Amino acid sequence: MPAFDTPLIFETGRDGRANCYLPEGPPLEELLPKDALREELPLPDNSELDVVRHFTRLSQKTFGIDTAFYPLGSCTMKYNPRVNDAMANLPALRDLHPFAPDHAAQGALAIMWELERALSSLFGMAAFSLNPAAGAHAELAALLIAKAYFKAKGEPQRNVVVVPDTAHGTNPASAAMVGFKVLSLKSDAQGRVDPAEMRKVVGPDTAVCMMTNPNTLGLFEPRIHEVSDVVHAAGGLMYYDGANANALMGNTRPGDMGFDLMHLNLHKTFTIPHGGGGAGAGPVGVAEHLVRFLPNPVVRAHDADGKDVDASGWRETAELTFALDFDRPDAIGTMRSFWSNFAHMVRALAYTYANGADGLEQVSKLAVLNANYIRASIRDVIDVPYDEINRHEFVASAQTLKRETGVRALDVGKALLDRGYHAPTVYFPLIVPECLMIEPTETESKETLDEFIAALREIVTTAKADPEKILETPVNTAVGRIDETRAARQPDLRWRPPQTP
Amino acid sequence: MLRVIGVDSLDDLVRVPDAVALRAPVEVTPRLSEIEIAERFRRHAERTTAGAYTSFLGAGAYRHYVPPVVGAIAMRGEFLTSYTPYQAEVSQGYLQAIYEWQTYIALLTGLDVANASVYDGATALAEAAIMAVNATGRKAVLVSSAVHPNYRAVLRTYAEGLELAVDELPYGADGRTDLSSLDAALAGGRYAALVVQSPNFFGTIDALPRGAAEKVKATKTVVIGVVAEAMSLAALAAPASWGAEICAGEAQSFGNAIAYGGPHVGFIAATNEHLRRIPGRLAGKSVDVNGKTAYVLTLQAREQHIRREKATSNICTNQAHCALCATVYLAAMGKTGLRDCAALNLARTSELREKVTSLDGFSARFDGPVFNEVAVRVPGRARDVLQALEEKNILGGIDLGRFYPELDDCILVTATELTTSDDVDRLVTALSEIPVRAAARV
Repeated sequence: MPAFDTPLIFETGRDGRANCYLPEGPPLEELLPKDALREELPLPDNSELDVVRHFTRLSQKTFGIDTAFYPLGSCTMKYNPRVNDAMANLPALRDLHPFAPDHAAQGALAIMWELERALSSLFGMAAFSLNPAAGAHAELAALLIAKAYFKAKGEPQRNVVVVPDTAHGTNPASAAMVGFKVLSLKSDAQGRVDPAEMRKVVGPDTAVCMMTNPNTLGLFEPRIHEVSDVVHAAGGLMYYDGANANALMGNTRPGDMGFDLMHLNLHKTFTIPHGGGGAGAGPVGVAEHLVRFLPNPVVRAHDADGKDVDASGWRETAELTFALDFDRPDAIGTMRSFWSNFAHMVRALAYTYANGADGLEQVSKLAVLNANYIRASIRDVIDVPYDEINRHEFVASAQTLKRETGVRALDVGKALLDRGYHAPTVYFPLIVPECLMIEPTETESKETLDEFIAALREIVTTAKADPEKILETPVNTAVGRIDETRAARQPDLRWRPPQTP
Repeated sequence: MLRVIGVDSLDDLVRVPDAVALRAPVEVTPRLSEIEIAERFRRHAERTTAGAYTSFLGAGAYRHYVPPVVGAIAMRGEFLTSYTPYQAEVSQGYLQAIYEWQTYIALLTGLDVANASVYDGATALAEAAIMAVNATGRKAVLVSSAVHPNYRAVLRTYAEGLELAVDELPYGADGRTDLSSLDAALAGGRYAALVVQSPNFFGTIDALPRGAAEKVKATKTVVIGVVAEAMSLAALAAPASWGAEICAGEAQSFGNAIAYGGPHVGFIAATNEHLRRIPGRLAGKSVDVNGKTAYVLTLQAREQHIRREKATSNICTNQAHCALCATVYLAAMGKTGLRDCAALNLARTSELREKVTSLDGFSARFDGPVFNEVAVRVPGRARDVLQALEEKNILGGIDLGRFYPELDDCILVTATELTTSDDVDRLVTALSEIPVRAAARV
């Protein structure tokens, strides 16, 4: 990682060093009344070369999948095939206006419909809405659907969401945003939800149980159908957090496990580049009894006779026509300005085309293989608290290492940065002390995994011989460890123009 | 690898209990080669014919010139394929870019701080309303009916979850928010926020008049300014200057594709007073162990992964890549380019308004200055006029009756710097020829 200084874009450039992108127009002052007009616009003028150099340098100080291996647990950082981006950038799709009439947007609607059908079949749901913008946004949509469902059923007293302690932090936060109370459920010694424990906490106030399977420890919940039965018997709904869906495609389905609602993180499982933290995409899927509550709009398909096509599974779309349907009285409303993160739907469908059902099944198998291979290759040097067959990710723990050497999970992560790897997710899930959560994904080769394993083993060896060497890492990065306390206590969140005397 | 793990086959690794085995085979799509993928999308693109029309569509998604430098930088793999910059030492570039984005948004809105972006303009408004609710402890918001209808719809969706009341102020004869009932509305101390958009959904400049914001704030109600067309920020008085304490908006106009509505990029800016209630990510400047300037995600104690159900919001992402596109765009355009662009938008809109309203039977529905769109009253029903235009290969705008039944004889027509005089003339000619006009005359 280059260590050169890069001044802020506001500190470079000179007035009038502007680029000529536009034809000359009339001055603003002639076009607007004085009281509507902005007095000053304190932005810099930089030449295009300045701009290119500035941002290229910033990119060189940024770690991405394209630069190296990214074993970031629960985030599913796999390679993003470039054909996806090329398809999303086809001018007819890239420049399509959301208010274009349906007849001029048939191809785009076909893409959305095909993807919805593929997701429904792959995950065992009756229907998906592509409306939500991200996983947490989809959780919010799903909980609004649950709320609307219980209201329609005449059971508005159901106001509790049960969340196992292994859940993602977004689950309780989303529940709170829908006015639900959160009941945290402790997992058992094997890191699983015990149906008997679930039976003790559910009742007439239970609205939803939010789970993911495999859970955030990377472990499959083999008794999930029993848990579902308990929640359903109590009158509640089962919600599937799709963050870990990369582990089970073609193998089992949330619908078959008894889930009524779910979301997917398309940016994880379906090779959409994460782009530094977004945009993501979070379709929400539902079982039959909840379809009418899905957010607006939904895509409808009609055959040559104008009949509604209620296709389950795959169907060719060339002969069908499509329309956006906003006229759905039970819909929870709409979740965002327009219809979906459409460019990402293009990417996800391109990925689906590239794999087909068999390919997606293989994706999950290889993701599981890679994770288990790393686990089995490091368990003799670092704690693996749940040392059994895991799914696409697993947790290690630096607890013993810390006791023996003072080197914590955080330090192991920083030492990995120095060796050219991104750090694993650290300190999550909260139930494992000194947690390191590792997810290699299916797109890494055995050679890469072996190099990573060797790096991890070397870090442990070094920590035992000379812990200071690990504690002072990283030293090969653009900056060393950062004073986060100062950043939080004296927030400096923007540049300010120098005071004019 | 299987031997190291100690299993015999891949299937052993993924075996699930019979009770949760697939109940039906998965049917998705046929597996295609890359050549076939391109061919299939070519056909999808061919069936997406909107690009063949001359377009005057806007209403929250805008066609602007994007210098190629934006795509060239944004498609660099480091920016495209990185994750949320939790490991700051290897993410200094992205963190600095986010800090620059926050600065651009703060400077453009005139407010103290901005976040690292949210999903889009509509969700930005919903989150801003939640900030105001948390600040005041009040459970109702008052919204101008001239705020983008989709934004209001999303606000209502979120309000359903939080059990907030959403009341509306009507628009007046001039197309601006009618503030005549404002004093009475505020008297009860019921509202957490007053929400006004400028330019509003009709394109009309709707900044609060002098003194209005002070009256609102005197009742401890938070003024939220909404901006659906960020390009306007280059030309119009900043939201902070007309009293907005929180500004929620959409920055798609800055170098981001329309892409049938997403991904776009919402922003939230606020006064320092609201700093700790801002949802989502914030990049901050600090120093490293050697005293060197370094950037890091900060104030994470507000966030869901630490606060869980007590977090300020459930947002756990931002639109970093879209915000990056916007940041590169703003840097490349600069102050000069941005002001020129805004001026061209105004000039084209002014040309459009003059030429269209000089036609018999057509008039501007509202007086007063607009930014880059204008509500035009047409002879007959808007939807018939738009359909007749479509037959002449023109997407003439939005039928305002879709959102405001009383305006079903009005269309919302948008011009930007990419609208040419030829485009305007084509529209004017088409309007003068369409049968509905003849029918209306009879």
